[in-house]
Amino acid sequence: MKDSRVIHELSSPGRTGVSLPDRDPEAPVSADVIPQSELRSDLPLPEVSEVDVVRHYVGLSQKNFCIDTDMYPLGSCTMKYNPKVNEVAARLTGLASIHPLQDDGQVQGALELLHALERLISGISGFEAISLQPAAGAQGELTGMMIIRAHHLRAGERRGRVLIPNSAHGTNPATASMCGFEAEEISTGSDGELDISSLDAALDDDVAGIMMTVPNTLGIFESRIQEICDLTHAAGGLVYCDGANMNAMLGQVLPAALGIDVMHLNLHKTFSTPHGGGGPGAGALCVTAELEDYLPVPRVVRNEDGSYERSSRFPHSIGRVQGGMGNFGNLVRAYTYIRSLGASGLKEAGEWAVLNANYLRAKLSDVYDLAYDRPCMHEVVFAGLRNHAAGVRTLDVAKRLIDLGFHPPTIYFPLIVHEALMIEPTETESLETLDRFISAMRQIAYEAEHAPKKLADAPTSTPVRRLDEATAARHPDLRWAPKPQD
Amino acid sequence: MLAEIGIDSADELFHDIPRSVRDPKLAVPPPMSEMEVIGHLRDLSERNSDLEHQTSFLGAGWYDHYIPAFVDQLLLRSEFYTAYTPYQPEISQGTLQSIYEFQSMICDLTGLEVANASLYDGGSAVAEAIGLALNATGRTNVVVADTVDPVYRNIAATYMEPLDINLSVVKNWGLDSDGTLRETQHSLIDAIDGETAAVVLQRPNFFGWIEETNDVIKAAKSAGALVIMACEPVALGVLTPPGELGADVAVGELRHLAGPPAFGGPGAGYFAATKSQMRRVPGRIVGRTTDVDGRRGFVLTLQAREQHIRRAKASSNICTNEALVALGATIHLAALGRNGLKRLAELCIGNAHACARRAWPRGYAVAVERPFVREFPLKCPRPAAEINAALREMGVLGGFELGRYWDELTDYLLVAFTERNGPIQQERLIESLQEAV
Repeated sequence: MKDSRVIHELSSPGRTGVSLPDRDPEAPVSADVIPQSELRSDLPLPEVSEVDVVRHYVGLSQKNFCIDTDMYPLGSCTMKYNPKVNEVAARLTGLASIHPLQDDGQVQGALELLHALERLISGISGFEAISLQPAAGAQGELTGMMIIRAHHLRAGERRGRVLIPNSAHGTNPATASMCGFEAEEISTGSDGELDISSLDAALDDDVAGIMMTVPNTLGIFESRIQEICDLTHAAGGLVYCDGANMNAMLGQVLPAALGIDVMHLNLHKTFSTPHGGGGPGAGALCVTAELEDYLPVPRVVRNEDGSYERSSRFPHSIGRVQGGMGNFGNLVRAYTYIRSLGASGLKEAGEWAVLNANYLRAKLSDVYDLAYDRPCMHEVVFAGLRNHAAGVRTLDVAKRLIDLGFHPPTIYFPLIVHEALMIEPTETESLETLDRFISAMRQIAYEAEHAPKKLADAPTSTPVRRLDEATAARHPDLRWAPKPQD
Repeated sequence: MLAEIGIDSADELFHDIPRSVRDPKLAVPPPMSEMEVIGHLRDLSERNSDLEHQTSFLGAGWYDHYIPAFVDQLLLRSEFYTAYTPYQPEISQGTLQSIYEFQSMICDLTGLEVANASLYDGGSAVAEAIGLALNATGRTNVVVADTVDPVYRNIAATYMEPLDINLSVVKNWGLDSDGTLRETQHSLIDAIDGETAAVVLQRPNFFGWIEETNDVIKAAKSAGALVIMACEPVALGVLTPPGELGADVAVGELRHLAGPPAFGGPGAGYFAATKSQMRRVPGRIVGRTTDVDGRRGFVLTLQAREQHIRRAKASSNICTNEALVALGATIHLAALGRNGLKRLAELCIGNAHACARRAWPRGYAVAVERPFVREFPLKCPRPAAEINAALREMGVLGGFELGRYWDELTDYLLVAFTERNGPIQQERLIESLQEAV
């Protein structure tokens, strides 16, 4: 069993893990210049050496599964391989060691990179204007919905509702609420696409817009998206698109050409900036020329002489959403990725992403129950095992997959699919890897009937086995305390 | 593969995309080899004047600390940086335990009981804290001190704009006849009433000084308002934790504990609150539990607050946070530890105060009456932008021009100190200022 002590338990009085420069002996100390009442008496941080720290966190890292371990087909998260060169690029001194408040003249390379990345994303999405400020997809959504609100307000309209398909990511309704809108659910038809008649019934002059996900979270391209956009526009609403699934459309279609008005892209998904154990991400917000005035400030502007500046002279802007110019380090990685792949590589990525998902669909649909029996885009959604007789749940399938060496797919999402298994292989998995995954999934289907205990007991190969989440929520223990908590 | 799928060409898989818009030409240049692309990036990189090749006194929320080599080496472990949100706890114990350790250290630093796994940055953390206060009190008025970082205030204003919230920025400072900045906390106290949901303060404030907050906090408490404090984490190595002062929520920026400023992102905001606000805290939270064999383990918990469960009624829409930056801060804080963080804070304070006591060239004056920590306003004999332009020519970044936010402070520089601004750098600053006049 691996050590599961927290860093505080390794503490030994007097140790420290850093070598700091000596103090200037002439310099005052805090007690000389700050009143005693403003100073703390103690700081209960751990006391450990550099070796302790390194071994502890290397040890922790060894308890993680990651893309560099093996296939990580987490649906809707686009866990593609992250090229190492991106890390080198982001760590170049001139791109890493620059301060957001430096004078524009000192950061022309950074501003040029931002401007160029905006143009590349414009070329990939078809939208005229881009903001790289949102720090993640959900912040991109928030920014986008604020822009839709600002657009209506400028026209003198205070619209109160936003329509959201019931297959949507949870961030969509949460975003609508944060923006002061009431979220209204629109149902999904039997073909896995938005039900047009429900949309039609819901549209009126109180609807600010609709938040679509294309392809949707069932992995299906909304074939009537142009009609959806037309209907919404006719009612005076705007169309927001959650771009989490952009990987399927790379080089296949420019989303702007479908009639969408506002869309965010998750650069950490589509453009391969590493997911970091839950972030940082980077959002890019794309809008039509009509909505450009509302984009966050400051914006990068190219002057006639070819120099770049940051400008806040956009009076209709919704304001600032992030402290700098966005998650710049990740923007450098995304830029590096796009330039590496180029137009042809991006197109190929989109095509392989879709091809790989359909290969999994074809090879697994006799043992897993397809939620919607039609070709999929970048991900395929199953409604659990076909054979329900054994009573094996999707959770068990997922846990057994861990023992067979893979990260499980997204499970129990979208909410409208019973026992959902949402599998997104991405384009970076080879045919051999896909075949290994398929054979693992088929083995599990077999075991579900013939050795169900293997599934119920899984995982057994991991540092810990199934964890008691109910107790964790009922009696929250959220921080280390030297004495037992009451 | 095509045969297995039952199609003749991959194109068939895209039939749901309307024909008229299918297969566009991408306005993206052709591919580049790895050698070419890194050459191109290096070229862009070299067109920036980085902090490593200058003497920098620029801070104002983003501080240039030396980051020990092992921090980045550990962050570059594939298992940390190429994993995602720990949805499957059995194969994510590394991430989960490190977040639990992070939450523990943030609680230790702030003197509060609950911390989340991080938010995007200090600014969005202020906005989310205000959101919590609105939710907790059912009120719609918020009082924000003018001495809170203007960037944080701007982000909060953007977040609040759609919600019909009355966000009042209250000026709590003024200029003496000799040009010294002094504080006027009574203006904050006057602005608090029974409709106030929250009072937002910063410690040390944007100008670098420690505000007298006891009476403000007392006024907020008696009005039933929450107290939100933005606190810089290195300073908390020596300062009284906000929880002890009576803050209900503490937030702040951690970027400078994890890596170089990276032009302002990715940062990481920390968010800590009292136990009574636990179920209103935004974002991911990790809890300790046991597995079926009774072994210690860690899981995402209290998820009923979050968007993927609660949807439109969630405490926030945040999903992806800044986990890797928070991990960098965790590793650095662990290595610094009880004594190291204090020593680091003392180095910053020592440098700032030693420099403040130097003989300044004619026309320059340290312009603060309150005790300050590692940053102070410096009054210049000419507009600070002109001084800075001259300093840049000498390879010195003189500090932040306060006139960019306040017209009456056009002649002021906000000068910041870290452990990298020792006696040699201080002499360089003084000489350059002399030469700039």
